Amino acid sequence: MSASTLIIRPKKVFSSRDLWELWIYRELLFFFAWRDLKVRYKQTIIGMAWAIFQPLVTMVVFTIFFGKLANMPSDGVPYPIFVYVGLLFWQFFSTALSDTSNALISNQAIVTKVYFPRLILPISSVMVKLVDFAIAMVILIGMMVYYGYMPGIGGILLMPLLLVISFMAAVGGGLILASINVKYRDVRYALPFFIQILLFLTPVIYPASIAGRYSKLLALNPMMGVIQNARAALLGTAPVNWLLISLSLIGTIIMLSLGLYVFKKTERYFADII
Amino acid sequence: MAPIIEIKNIGKKYNITHERGRYIALRDVIMNTVKSPLAFIKSKTRKIVGLEQEEEYWALKDVNFTVERGEVIGIIGRNGAGKSTLLKILSQITPPSEGEIILRGRVGSLLEVGTGFHPELTGRENIFLNGAILGMSRSEVSKKFEEIVEFADIRQFLDTPIKRYSSGMYVRLAFSVAAHMEPDILLIDEVLAVGDTEFQKKCLGKMDELTKKSGRTIIFVSHNMITVEQLCKKVIILKKGRIDFIGPVKEGISKYLNPEHGGSNQVSWEGVSGAPGNDIVRIKKARVHNADYKAQDSFSVKEKIGVTMEYEILKDGYSFSQGINLNKEDGTIIFYSHDVVTERPENISREKGLYSSTVWLPENFLSDGLFSVGAIIFQPNPFEVYTSPFSMLFFRIIDGSGLDSSRGIYSGDFPGIIRPRLEWETKKIN
Repeated sequence: MSASTLIIRPKKVFSSRDLWELWIYRELLFFFAWRDLKVRYKQTIIGMAWAIFQPLVTMVVFTIFFGKLANMPSDGVPYPIFVYVGLLFWQFFSTALSDTSNALISNQAIVTKVYFPRLILPISSVMVKLVDFAIAMVILIGMMVYYGYMPGIGGILLMPLLLVISFMAAVGGGLILASINVKYRDVRYALPFFIQILLFLTPVIYPASIAGRYSKLLALNPMMGVIQNARAALLGTAPVNWLLISLSLIGTIIMLSLGLYVFKKTERYFADII
Repeated sequence: MAPIIEIKNIGKKYNITHERGRYIALRDVIMNTVKSPLAFIKSKTRKIVGLEQEEEYWALKDVNFTVERGEVIGIIGRNGAGKSTLLKILSQITPPSEGEIILRGRVGSLLEVGTGFHPELTGRENIFLNGAILGMSRSEVSKKFEEIVEFADIRQFLDTPIKRYSSGMYVRLAFSVAAHMEPDILLIDEVLAVGDTEFQKKCLGKMDELTKKSGRTIIFVSHNMITVEQLCKKVIILKKGRIDFIGPVKEGISKYLNPEHGGSNQVSWEGVSGAPGNDIVRIKKARVHNADYKAQDSFSVKEKIGVTMEYEILKDGYSFSQGINLNKEDGTIIFYSHDVVTERPENISREKGLYSSTVWLPENFLSDGLFSVGAIIFQPNPFEVYTSPFSMLFFRIIDGSGLDSSRGIYSGDFPGIIRPRLEWETKKIN
């Protein structure tokens, strides 16, 4: 039996073949991400500037309303930079989550006509968001220079880990939502609302410390560990909390496994019900 | 060597309930469960116990065949026979409900031309994107890039977004990318039905060349018997999800066109979907009938045969004429004939509405055998085809003898496709 022999059977469980296929189709993964970026760049007048505009304006609005008017505590650092670090990760996570959950529906025409590992679609939508993240990061560097923050080398090294956790969390959650979305089309209307609620359950605009004894409850949210530690690493608001990072990592891995399981289970019928 | 494709007992089941509720709202599911939890539990248990069965529909059942390396197989069958489902299972878009398929080679599927084309991207960009979607690597596409552009004949528009392409250019580009992929097994679904005839010929040539040169295996689904006959040596006829015939192409096509096989002396289309036509005109009904306008399956050679089509003109201000083509059972065209228009175009423009046109084939004209009829509705000047379904209707001519037939008193073998009763002049000249 040669390597290219393929057997099609009714039942398909998650196997090492799936990972192998992802590897074979890796170019397609980049092509989809590239297409989405290119199209967005062509369709909007301001194109890539949107990636700068969005976090920047959100930061300004939040600073005015929460920082100035509501006098939100910010762990002793200027509120703009405090909220921006939170927003950086939050926007990556939330936009990735919502794009991922629509990834199958918006590529419906392709899904029903060609075979490729379906996992590519949600993963490529998250990859697109990495580019936005990188652009938004440039502003952060500018702000850190302006406010005179210089993170330690350890802090900088922590960032990729935090990004990987956010990436996995977005993919995991996105896979679950994408699977439900194929079957129940009203999910996409509920999603923006759900994400908005989630924003308030994540310490983006406030420090986790104000939740007092409930802050342990917040730790169930993997993004809490990410954002808290990003602040600790970059702004030195507190020592890096490895326990919290471990919790986030474990939570994300569970989420990702669950997502993969649900996705693979429903994947076979996408083309039939989409 | 083991066959390149082995299909064993493939079946595909759909639940009718699934089909009906195309968009299920999560809201409704939750609300129904909350409103009447008892009913929900009851129906669930009944399903599990087996008292209540979901309505099932087998789109394919007990399909078995093997394909040898380098074979080109045509799959024909009426709408809903399971052709597309079979291709979708072979290309892994949807899994079978039972059975097993072994594919010994790389599979490329072409269920549609231009899958994944994005209107905002340029021709160049789409070539790479589409190539990747069809399973080609970037280096593979780069290597063939020149060839693809050459074949599609769009060089000067390479850097134009394809939303500005004409539909002809779009199809040419799409097909060109697809034609340059090099899988061991190629699955094609009716894609050649698009594009102009000239380009279709070019594509067929290309495909022929590929199979002969590189021994590629092709499975080809089509309604066009002429293309099937040109490309394939072997055909499979699917009927209601099962294999009805598998064998040489000539034999298969003539079986397929046989009225007893499901070809009909009358057709009608409800609504817009599937009805031949465009946004100017659409055919609603067609039938073959006798002198009293009664639809009939078979006719005596001595009978006059009418072909009537009803069509709806959907826009004012266009000019029309209509014609038919009569085909032999194997798809060879015996003739085309249209209503000859001598008037100026503005005098023959027809207003919106339902129209009916009938044409009469004279008695003692066709020989005995099976025939199919297609229609053509067109604009006479400048010539433009609105629609031209190749074979819509099927009928049989039964031999007849007698002095009023072309046979006279002769009762032996009578070859020929047509059997006209001609006028003779005989005189003694010496």
